Amino acid sequence: MRTDRLVLGAFLALLLLVPAILSPYYVTLLNYIGLYAMVALGLVLLTGVGGLTSFGQAAFVGLGAYTTAALTTATDLPGWLAWAGTSPWLTLAVGLLLTALVAVLIGSLTLKLSGHFLPLGTIAWGISLYFLFGTMESLGGHTGISGIPAIGLLGWTLDEGGEIYYLIWAFLLVAMLTTHNLLDSREGRAIRALKGGRVMAEAMGVDTSRSRMVIFVIAALLACASGWLYAHMQRFVNPTPFGVHIGIEYLFMAVVGGAGYVWGAIVGAGVITVLKQWLQNWLPSLLGATGNFETIVFGLLMVLVLHRAREGLWPILKKLVPVRALRKTIDPDAEPLPRRTLPKAGELILEAKDVTRRFGGLIANNNMSLEVRAGEILALIGPNGAGKSTMFNQISGVDTPTSGEVLFLGKPVAGHDSREIARMGMSRTFQHVKLLPTMSVLENVAIGAHLRSDKGVLSSAWRLDRAEEARILKEAARQIERVGLAEYMYEEAGSLALGQQRILEIARALCADPCLLLLDEPAAGLRFREKEALGELLRKLRAEGMATLIVEHDMDFVMSLVDRVVVMEFGQKIAEGLPDEIQQNPAVLEAYLGGVE
Amino acid sequence: MDMSIALILSQDGITNGAIYALLALALVLVFAVTRVIFIQQGEFVAYGALTLAMMQSGVLPATVWMLVAMGALVTVLDGGLALKAGQGRRAASVAGWNLGYPLALAAVVGGLAVNELPLAVQVLLTLAIVVPMGPMMYRLMYQPIASAPVLVLLIVSVALHIAMVGLGLLFFGAEGQRTPAFSEFSLELGPLMVSAQTLWVVVVSVLLIVALYQFFERTLYGKALRATAINRVGAQLMGISPTLAGKLTFFLAAFIGALSGVLIAPITTIYYDTGFLIGLKGFVAAIIGGLASYPLAAVGALAVGLLEAFASFWASAYKEVIVFTLIIPVLLWRSLRSHHVEEEE
Repeated sequence: MRTDRLVLGAFLALLLLVPAILSPYYVTLLNYIGLYAMVALGLVLLTGVGGLTSFGQAAFVGLGAYTTAALTTATDLPGWLAWAGTSPWLTLAVGLLLTALVAVLIGSLTLKLSGHFLPLGTIAWGISLYFLFGTMESLGGHTGISGIPAIGLLGWTLDEGGEIYYLIWAFLLVAMLTTHNLLDSREGRAIRALKGGRVMAEAMGVDTSRSRMVIFVIAALLACASGWLYAHMQRFVNPTPFGVHIGIEYLFMAVVGGAGYVWGAIVGAGVITVLKQWLQNWLPSLLGATGNFETIVFGLLMVLVLHRAREGLWPILKKLVPVRALRKTIDPDAEPLPRRTLPKAGELILEAKDVTRRFGGLIANNNMSLEVRAGEILALIGPNGAGKSTMFNQISGVDTPTSGEVLFLGKPVAGHDSREIARMGMSRTFQHVKLLPTMSVLENVAIGAHLRSDKGVLSSAWRLDRAEEARILKEAARQIERVGLAEYMYEEAGSLALGQQRILEIARALCADPCLLLLDEPAAGLRFREKEALGELLRKLRAEGMATLIVEHDMDFVMSLVDRVVVMEFGQKIAEGLPDEIQQNPAVLEAYLGGVE
Repeated sequence: MDMSIALILSQDGITNGAIYALLALALVLVFAVTRVIFIQQGEFVAYGALTLAMMQSGVLPATVWMLVAMGALVTVLDGGLALKAGQGRRAASVAGWNLGYPLALAAVVGGLAVNELPLAVQVLLTLAIVVPMGPMMYRLMYQPIASAPVLVLLIVSVALHIAMVGLGLLFFGAEGQRTPAFSEFSLELGPLMVSAQTLWVVVVSVLLIVALYQFFERTLYGKALRATAINRVGAQLMGISPTLAGKLTFFLAAFIGALSGVLIAPITTIYYDTGFLIGLKGFVAAIIGGLASYPLAAVGALAVGLLEAFASFWASAYKEVIVFTLIIPVLLWRSLRSHHVEEEE
C-alpha cells in the first residue's frame, strides 16, 4: 500500500465523518476554512508557483457571490436573461464566465509588465469593485442582498451547515486535484518555470505571458466558485467580505500555509481562520477597546513567517507525515515524439548580416556577420567581453539588434520572439545556466519538448494528457541518457555540479529536436573525460546533419572539434577560417596574447 | 457647472494633487532604492495627522510608545551585535539613538503641556515622533530580507500596512480628527477664495520638491541614493552601504508621509484608516510614472487630484471607482510599449 494513499484516505474518511461527530460550530468553522482554502489555492498557483500575486482575490469572490445573489433573487430579469435566475447552478456558470472575462481584461493590462504591476493593479480593481458593490442601488448598497435560495442537488436542498459542508469540501478537493494534476504536466512545467525561468522558458517555446494569464484566470475562477458557495451558504451578501483587506488576508493564508504547495492552502486557511476567531474574542477584552485588532497580530506574524520560514508551514508539517514522493516512471513502450526533417548537409541554416547592437554608447556588436551550414560546427571565439553572448542573444531573439539582419532557414528572425524562433528549430543553452533548481533533471529536460507536444490546460487538469506525457518523458529520458546524465535523472537539477548543469541544458536543447544548436560555453567546468564525451556527442550530432554554433574558451576542445572559427574582439569580427589558419592568424594571436611591441 | 465651481474644484484638485505628488515621489524613491513597494506610506500620513491632533487635544500620543518599542527592538538587535563584536562605544551610540532619544522625547511630550505650545513646535514634535519610525522600520522589517524578491518585499509591506492600521485604531480610536488651520487669512483672487491652508500645502510641496531635487543633485548622500537606485551592486562596490541607503530612503519617505499628514489634517477629517486611500492615490500617480520617473509621477499626481475633484462633483458616489479605474488606461499604455520578456528579480 502506498503511504501517500493511506494518509490521503485517512484524511478523506475524517472529512466525511466531521458533521456526525463535531458540533455545528466546528462544522461552520470548517465550512469557512474550505471556502477560504479554495481562494488560497488559487493564490498558491499564482503566487507560490507562478511568482505573481493579487490582492484582488476577494473582489473575485465578491463577483461570484454577487452574480448569483443578484440573479437568483431578482424578480424582473429581462427575458433574455430569465433562464439564468432559475437555478444556482446556472448562476455559477454565469459567474465563472463573467469572472473569466474580467480576469482576462485585468490580466491583459498588467501581465506583460513586471510582476509588481499585477498586485498594484488588483488593489485598485479590488477597491473599485468594493465601492461599486456598496454604491449600486440595484445590488442593495451597503445593506446587501438577502433571501438567496439554497442550492439544490439531486432533489436535496443544501440549507444546513452540515449539508453544504459536503459540497464545499467536494469543490475544494476537486480543485486541489485539478491543480495538482495541472502542475504535473506539460503546461504545469511551463507554469513552474514562470518564477525565475521566464527567459529560458521563452527560449524553449513557452508563451510565458499566456501561462501567467492561465494561472491568473484559474485563481480568479477558484475565488469566484468560493464566492458562489459562500452566497448560498450565508443566503445573504453585503460588500464587507469582499474588500481589499480581506483580499490581503487570503494572501496571508497562502503564504502562512506554504504558497508553493497545494496542501498549504488548507493549512493556511485553517490556521488564519482559527487564529482570527480566537484573536477576535480575546484581543478586544485584552486591549479594552473594540475593533479588528487581529490585523496587528496577522501583520506581524506575516513578517515573521517571511523572515524565518518563507516556504510557510506546510513543508514543516510534511516532515511529520511519513509520505515519500513518487518517482516518475518512464514508459519504454511510449511512441517516440515526431521529429522534424533535418536540412541536407551543407544547406545554409543561419546567416547573420551586419548585426549591430548598441547599449547607449557601448557597441557590443559591430557589423557582425557569420553563417552556419547544416552538418557543420562553427565556433565563435574571442576574449572576455568581446560580445559573443550578446551575439547569441541577437540570433536567438532574446534581444533585438539595433541594425542588421539575421536569417534563419532563409527567413528574417531579428526582433522576433525567442519562442517563435525556437518553433522554427533553433535551440540554445545559456552562458549563465538557466534551469529550475528545485525541479528534477527529468522535468527540466522535458521543458525542452514543449513545442513538440500540444496538450493544453484542460486535458492536463483532467489527466487526458497521459499518453502524450509518457512520450515527452520518454524523449527527455532518451536525451538525458544520450548526454550521459542517466544516473542523475531523478535528482534535483540544482544539486548537480555546474558542469553537469551545462550538460543538462544541452539535453534540454536537444529535447526540442532542433536543426540549429547554439551552445554558450558548454565545456566550462567539465572534467577531461566529460569534455571528451561532449565532443563525441557533438560530432555524432554533426554527422546526423545538425548545425551547431558554439561559443567556447577551451581552445584544445574547440580546435579539435569544429569545422570553422569566427574570432571576435571588441564587438567586431577580426578573423574567420579553418581552425589551423586561425591558430596562425597574427590578429588573433594579438587579441589573445597581446601584441609584440 | 460654471466657471467659479470649476475654479473651486481645480483648487481642491491642485491641493490634493500636491500631496499626492509628494507621496508619489517618496514611493518612486523607495522603490528605486530598495525595491520595496511602500504600501504603508499612507499610514505615515495618518500617524502624522493624528499624532498632531492628539497633542492638540492634550493627550500624550501613543505613537511615542510605538517609537520607544521599535527603538528598544533595534537596540536589542544592533546593540547586541555591537557588543558581541566588542564594540562597546558603538553599542552605546545605538542605545542612545534608538532608546535614549525616544525615551527623552516621551519625557518631553509627556512632561510639557503640549496643547499650549505654538503650532510650529507641535508640528516639529510630531515629526520628531513619527519620522524616526521610518528608518527603524527598515532596520527591523526589511533589512533582514533586503535581497528577497520584489514580491516578498511587497507582501511584507502589505503586512505592515494592516498591522499599522490596527495599531492606528488602538492608538487613535475610531473617531476622525481635524486640526485647526495653520493660519486664518484667505486670499481673494477674482471669484475665487484661496484659503491659507491651500497655499501652505502648495508652497510646502513645491519647496520640498525643490529641496529634494537639490538633495539629489548636490549632496553626497543624495548622489549615493541615486547611485543605489541605478545599480545596487555597483553602488555597494563603491562603498555605499545598502543598509544606510535603505534607512535614509525610509527616513525621507516617513518624513514626506508625516509632513503630508500634518499639512492636510486641517483640510480633511483624518481617520485611523484614511491613509490607505490617500497613499494609494499617490500610487496611481507613481504608476503613471512607471514607478521610475519623478516628473511623470508628479504630473500624474496633479491629474489624479483634479480627476478626483471633478469626479466628486459629477458622480460623488463613484469618485473612488473613477480614480482607481484611471490606472487601467495607464497600464494599457505601458503594456503596449513593453516588448521583451524580462526575468523577475
